[in-house]
Amino acid sequence: MEIAGLASYGVFFLSLVGIYAIMALGLNMQWGMTGQFNIGIAGFFAVGAYTTAILTSSPADGRVGGFDLPFFVGLIGSVTACVPIAWVVGRITAKLRTDYLAIATIGIAEIIRLFFVNESWLSNGTRGIAGIETPFGMGNEGYLLVIGSFVALTWVLLEIARRSPWGRVLRAIRDNEAATEAAGKDVARFRLQAFVVGCCIMALGGGLYAHFVNFVSPEAFRPLYGTFLVWVMLIAGGSGNNLGAMLGALVVWLIWSSTEMLAGLVPTALIGSESAFRVFLIGVLLLIILVSRPQGLLPEKQPPMPGERSK
Amino acid sequence: MIEFIQLLMNGILLGSILALGAVGATMIFGVLRFAHFAHGDFMAIGAYFALTVVTVFNLPVLAALPVAMVLTAGLAIAIDQVVYRRIRRVQPVILLIASFATALVLRSFIQMVWGSSNQVYQTGIQMPMNFGPFTFKPDHLLIFGAAAVLVVAVHLFLSRTKMGKAMRAMSDNMDLALVTGIPANRVIIWTWAIGGSLAAAAGVFLGMDTRLHPVMGWTLLLPIFAATILGGIGRPYGAILGGLVIGCAMELSTLVIPGAYKPAVAFAIMVATLVFRPQGIIKGNA
Repeated sequence: MEIAGLASYGVFFLSLVGIYAIMALGLNMQWGMTGQFNIGIAGFFAVGAYTTAILTSSPADGRVGGFDLPFFVGLIGSVTACVPIAWVVGRITAKLRTDYLAIATIGIAEIIRLFFVNESWLSNGTRGIAGIETPFGMGNEGYLLVIGSFVALTWVLLEIARRSPWGRVLRAIRDNEAATEAAGKDVARFRLQAFVVGCCIMALGGGLYAHFVNFVSPEAFRPLYGTFLVWVMLIAGGSGNNLGAMLGALVVWLIWSSTEMLAGLVPTALIGSESAFRVFLIGVLLLIILVSRPQGLLPEKQPPMPGERSK
Repeated sequence: MIEFIQLLMNGILLGSILALGAVGATMIFGVLRFAHFAHGDFMAIGAYFALTVVTVFNLPVLAALPVAMVLTAGLAIAIDQVVYRRIRRVQPVILLIASFATALVLRSFIQMVWGSSNQVYQTGIQMPMNFGPFTFKPDHLLIFGAAAVLVVAVHLFLSRTKMGKAMRAMSDNMDLALVTGIPANRVIIWTWAIGGSLAAAAGVFLGMDTRLHPVMGWTLLLPIFAATILGGIGRPYGAILGGLVIGCAMELSTLVIPGAYKPAVAFAIMVATLVFRPQGIIKGNA
């Protein structure tokens, strides 16, 4: 491959890694820090992507929207649209057990996808919405910098949150809910806050994604890409560790991309379908990680307490 | 009125398929304490096992059913021994993630082996039977009859055999059951055997009613969990009742809202249950 081709592939690769890293950071807020099992990532991702698509694309026949608004308005819209949905789901499930949250979030994600498939007046149905511009007329290289700054910003904010008293309460809830309750903390409220913040970060990822691929359709928000890969990333990278979440995004996306080459090497007669083979490999990989190294590549480290020197 | 009754019939049919899936899911939930996200994919792989038997040996579907049930039960036990058994002692949520991964592995495996297009057990159109204004496919009666037989068999197993009683005891009160010396490992293996074989049966019936597709089970996962929660976690009888209620509600909902939102109906009932009566109709151990 020529240098230019390689560089443009690198830009493409890193942009997707960045978008996934943001979603993995959002999941880490919920699962890694608070112990909330959200498998509806794809739903919040879709809300973010569609909101910015509707706000920033040009007007089109047969559907609402196309308001031609600027990039940042679209992103703010993505995050804002996610708040009421996440709040309602979180409100209903905040007091429930992990399993129920899992089932409820996957239900929400499926319903959001059904909604975008069926409500053509809003989403243009299965044809999707095209013409979502990359902001400021910049190319992919420039947009990579935008994505990179959002990853850095999200990471810094989440690190601050993690070291704050708020983050300590979340970890306390995760590790021992009864004791936290006994210490007088409103467990349900803290959970709800963490859930909504995490979902908004996922919606931000969705907004950035829409401007990267310039097109959204319900296909992109199936549980596999939207939810499953993010989970593999966080678990492989190390849940509870924000650096781990980002490292996981890089490593897993690298593996996911290389399974494409691997699948190309194996004769189709043996594997039937190439895309199915890749999913199979990544599923087996997750099972191996779970069985052999459930703490991930970078295990969680407790942040120092105030006044304590960091190790 | 006629439309209502016809939809109710369809609902009972869908409900019996859901019930068979939900009995296994609720027992696994009760005995192993985690929501088994690969349960729908057990249904799908069971349906495809039957498809292979039907095409290779040229047998009728109902003759392939027991083979598919045994194979799926074996697969369920094997997956438990290779994957779930090793992580039972860590947090239950790790099991949940693992079952999510298992679901994808099974689904992609089906796509690799059997392809991802729609398939049917029998080609050609079945002559519908008319009872007054109502129409049935003969398959519907077969499905309903076979599902009833299986439900009775499960009932007899749970109420008459030592293993069935042990399973219910473990699901009711794990600590008490273990103290009284119930062989936990054997109960777990039996739970997977029952859950896997019933899921396979549900998958075969679903394939007879509609068609086979790699995601056929996954799309029913939400209604199955809804039936499980509605019936009360760990309650096999509740799961049967829950399955019928959810199935009927999903079909009847098409009178008022577009059919595409059927899964949303199951979801709404589930959320209402969680909010107003989290223990389910028959008090479960939520």
